[in-house]
Amino acid sequence: MTKNNKSQILEGSRAIALTIKNIGPEVVSAYPITPQTHIVEDLAKFKADGEADYEYVRAESEFAAASIILGASATGARVYSSTSSQGLLLMTEVIYNIAGMRLPVVITCANRAVSAPINIWNDQQDAMAIRDAGWIMLFAENHQEAVEQHIVAYKIAEKLKLPVMVNVDGFILTHSYEEVYIPTAAEIKKFLPNYKPTKGEYLDPANPKTLGAFASPAYYMEIRQELHDDLISSLTVIKKETENYKKIFKTSGANDNGLFEYSGPAKAKIILIAMGSVIGTIKDTIGEKNKNIGILKIKTYRPFPQIEILNLIKKTGAKNIAVIEKAIGLGYAGPLYLDIKTALQGKIKIEVKNFIVGLGGRDVTKKMITEIVKKTTAKGQELEFIGKI
Amino acid sequence: MKINITAQPGSTKINKTAGWRTFRPETDYNKCIACGLCARVCPENIISMSKLSPDKKFRPETDYDFCKGCGLCAAECPVKAIKMELQKK
Repeated sequence: MTKNNKSQILEGSRAIALTIKNIGPEVVSAYPITPQTHIVEDLAKFKADGEADYEYVRAESEFAAASIILGASATGARVYSSTSSQGLLLMTEVIYNIAGMRLPVVITCANRAVSAPINIWNDQQDAMAIRDAGWIMLFAENHQEAVEQHIVAYKIAEKLKLPVMVNVDGFILTHSYEEVYIPTAAEIKKFLPNYKPTKGEYLDPANPKTLGAFASPAYYMEIRQELHDDLISSLTVIKKETENYKKIFKTSGANDNGLFEYSGPAKAKIILIAMGSVIGTIKDTIGEKNKNIGILKIKTYRPFPQIEILNLIKKTGAKNIAVIEKAIGLGYAGPLYLDIKTALQGKIKIEVKNFIVGLGGRDVTKKMITEIVKKTTAKGQELEFIGKI
Repeated sequence: MKINITAQPGSTKINKTAGWRTFRPETDYNKCIACGLCARVCPENIISMSKLSPDKKFRPETDYDFCKGCGLCAAECPVKAIKMELQKK
């Protein structure tokens, strides 16, 4: 976290909006949806007040907003949008197209439960719907991390021609106030130069081209495999750019490599794994002095850093893992749990349990975390919903 | 990213569409009377009447890169010169 005297107390949405303003996209398009609203409201106001010079396009739906930024990005512009829940689901077709066309789009998802029943509060089910669409998926624990991940997101997106989604827990991050430092436009430019699209690979009326054109069985598979391979190899770039960011902005975070952050003893018996703001509650419950329990925060969920996670868990010598998540793969298990199991399968002897918490905005309390820790080593079901407050 | 996925104008032809053909039309030039009906009924417009060797007479020539094997040419041929043959991979 950056600690300096220029920090302010800001609402999470405002912190993200100010960061985007300083990053300087050329086109912003969005459709309002709770709990993303404050982000795009702020961005619209900056434009109206003459504080920003991007094109702000009001869209008639999320499908249109995503299509507008797809088109704008295809012309070689830096773009931004933000959405939530049903809005992300409505964007889905375009989300796949953006990845397939290799456009460096950055979107913020203010994570929220999906219908039905309709619910406007936080969980991470929305993001899970598009986790395999070819996007880099980052998850933030707090405001400062969200600010940093947005800046890094543009860097890696533009470097690799891969879209990035920064996930922030709805309300918990978007509507809460916290100390946060927003790098100035000049500071950001040192890390993130102006975007220059590759010559001949963007839409230009003087030099007509088609993006995302028909690919027959003879070509499609190689193109998809390349997207997959490039996503996997982006792990290295995410790590490198996180290091660069730390150097340029003089931020700490020795255990944070951009892919995940491990906190706790070097040798642990139990490891709790989670993503997003719930990590704050977990850290608060476990405490810094605990000698048995380690906490692993996944920051990069796609591509999934499976080898790095396996190596870390091996090193700790842990015997039990609890995957705590705010999403459920209905009919099977939590998506993160399945990914962790796959990463460890056959390589290490370890017990992994899955705890589903906080669906539809149910508060995740310290009491629940304590209960989860107890259940991690006890005999019982592999998957459990922990809901009693 | 090694593959350039932007497409140039007029480059659709690089996508050969014969992959889903099951039956391949084979024209017997000894029976063919070069009436040109097959070229006219072909929905893909991939049969052209060209001067073929050895006698340099007009004959129908099928472009197998794009023929999908619908069999219309064989069905319409007045002298039954076109046979649809099963293609095996």
